[in-house]
Amino acid sequence: MRLENTGIAGTLESSDVMVTVKPNPASGIDIQIESSVIAQYGDEMRETVKSVMQEFDITDAVVELQDKGAMDCVLRARAETAVCRALGVGFNWKGEDGK
Amino acid sequence: MVNAVGREMPEKIGSYTVRPFAGTGKAAKILPPVVSKRCPKLGPEDHNKLCKDLKEAIVKTGLKDGMTISFHHCFREGDMVIGQVLTAIRELGIKHLRFAPSAVVNIKNPSIVSFVKDGTIDRIEASGIRGELGDAVIDGLMDEPVILRPHGARPRAIETGDLQIDVAFIGASSSDEYGNCTGQIGPNACGSLGYAFVDASCAAQVVIVTDNLVEYPCCPTSISQQFVDYVVAVEQIGDPVKIGAGAARMTKNPRDLMIASKAADAIAASRLFKEGFSFQTGAGAISIACTNYLAERMEERGIHASFALGGMTANIIEMFKKGLVRVLECSQSFDAVAARAIAEYPNILEIDNSVYSNPYTKGSMLDKLNFGVLGALEVDTDFNINILTGMSGEMMGGLGGGPDVADGADISIVTIPVIRGRTPSIVPKVFTCCTPGESVAMVVTEAGIALNPKHKYYEMLREDFEAAGIATVTIQYLCDLALSYTGVPKPIETTDKVVAVVEYRDGTVIDVIRQIKR
Repeated sequence: MRLENTGIAGTLESSDVMVTVKPNPASGIDIQIESSVIAQYGDEMRETVKSVMQEFDITDAVVELQDKGAMDCVLRARAETAVCRALGVGFNWKGEDGK
Repeated sequence: MVNAVGREMPEKIGSYTVRPFAGTGKAAKILPPVVSKRCPKLGPEDHNKLCKDLKEAIVKTGLKDGMTISFHHCFREGDMVIGQVLTAIRELGIKHLRFAPSAVVNIKNPSIVSFVKDGTIDRIEASGIRGELGDAVIDGLMDEPVILRPHGARPRAIETGDLQIDVAFIGASSSDEYGNCTGQIGPNACGSLGYAFVDASCAAQVVIVTDNLVEYPCCPTSISQQFVDYVVAVEQIGDPVKIGAGAARMTKNPRDLMIASKAADAIAASRLFKEGFSFQTGAGAISIACTNYLAERMEERGIHASFALGGMTANIIEMFKKGLVRVLECSQSFDAVAARAIAEYPNILEIDNSVYSNPYTKGSMLDKLNFGVLGALEVDTDFNINILTGMSGEMMGGLGGGPDVADGADISIVTIPVIRGRTPSIVPKVFTCCTPGESVAMVVTEAGIALNPKHKYYEMLREDFEAAGIATVTIQYLCDLALSYTGVPKPIETTDKVVAVVEYRDGTVIDVIRQIKR
């Protein structure tokens, strides 16, 4: 699935992350990370974003992370919310992975 | 080679010969006589030491290429002396100086980096570096390693001759034309000049830089005219807002308050918490809150302290005014309230940093300290403390008096949250070891208190905690907890180039900092 709209979730507060998902004019998931702990956790952050995109069957998107030291669970929640907002759907709390 | 805390280091780094750390209390008992470059000298014939500007004073000192210059950090981030002096030195074309301030000085405009790049400075010895200078050093800016020393080690290094100062530039908020000076009065008062005393007594030449010339004799006087060669009046020596305009406010962060309260409970549970005890708490957010909680516990139990030591804050002055502490021994004043208090109360004393923290005097005040509260960036499962380098290996702070207080105080308490953002603070191995774990009694976090089983007072603390009903956890538990929140970070990659040497109190090397691979 391609994204048609932009979705944003999160804040720039300490320990949070602002996730912006946008349509990707090219193909694939393009992840851009701004974080003071990118050297330590950059790979893990990419993996988390990719797995969220997989959950929602998103194949093409630009994902921007403005990270202020968020833990993995926070990043996952923000990424899921950003995707839901971009898709204009509510989060399915009953579903296994929110779809 | 590998030192006593398991850190690997080369035997020689540039022109620096490494003496590896061998454990606390392992240093020589008797040392050679004190080294001082101070010479006997007749006072000026016209009985005036005033120079028209910094350049005239610098020229008169005979400062030459390759010499060592020193400064104190009592104006903290508000310092405007260092920038002006270095600029004057640059304009005179003097090069290759060793720059030896008493602490981290983070001046921005002009930046120290520019003085390194143009060759004015080619060696640095301080208690820490950070900001632009820190980043540049960790990226390999300098050929010679930066030598970092805790507060107590600097006067030791000066008096043993490891660090000999040719010209000390001492900023003072008031001075007379003959060099009697102080930091206690004047528009840019900074309080105690504690870190400048050893420079005044051991440097070959001493230049006082002030922006408030007063009628002779300056009263009160901290540094006496007998040590002073020249006096320069400049327009401004500091930015009063950054020197410390008001009292630091109490944090509202519930996590920090919880840690502070637990630390105060730990102190109050100890049998050493009794009439006439002594403490040092420091200036961090948790420290200030801990001081307030400690004051409450003292009032509840009707206990008074004999003295508080080190860097003073407004809330310790408040405790003093309430009669909770008999004497305040100030090596530094962290805010304007503390700065003014020295001149106002006879029992609030300005002390020389050397008597505060130097293990090689005939007795430092830390020897008499019961409780010391410390901050840290990281603590590891061996209780080693890192107070210098951050998550990505960047230079974040200075050693300050941390290693001294940990070693000197009977009970040293590290207050630290288990994580900061996604950065674990309790880790398997600190990136830079600054304070050896054997000198740390306990770590207090929001998730529990860990006692160090290898500390000399472990059994006593364990008994006291049991009696007071204070539960403890292991340091391994705290480390596992932190990593369960953050995930395991990728290790920092470094090159083989050593950019900084971390000296312990006794001048041995406790760790080295290597260039970060980018």
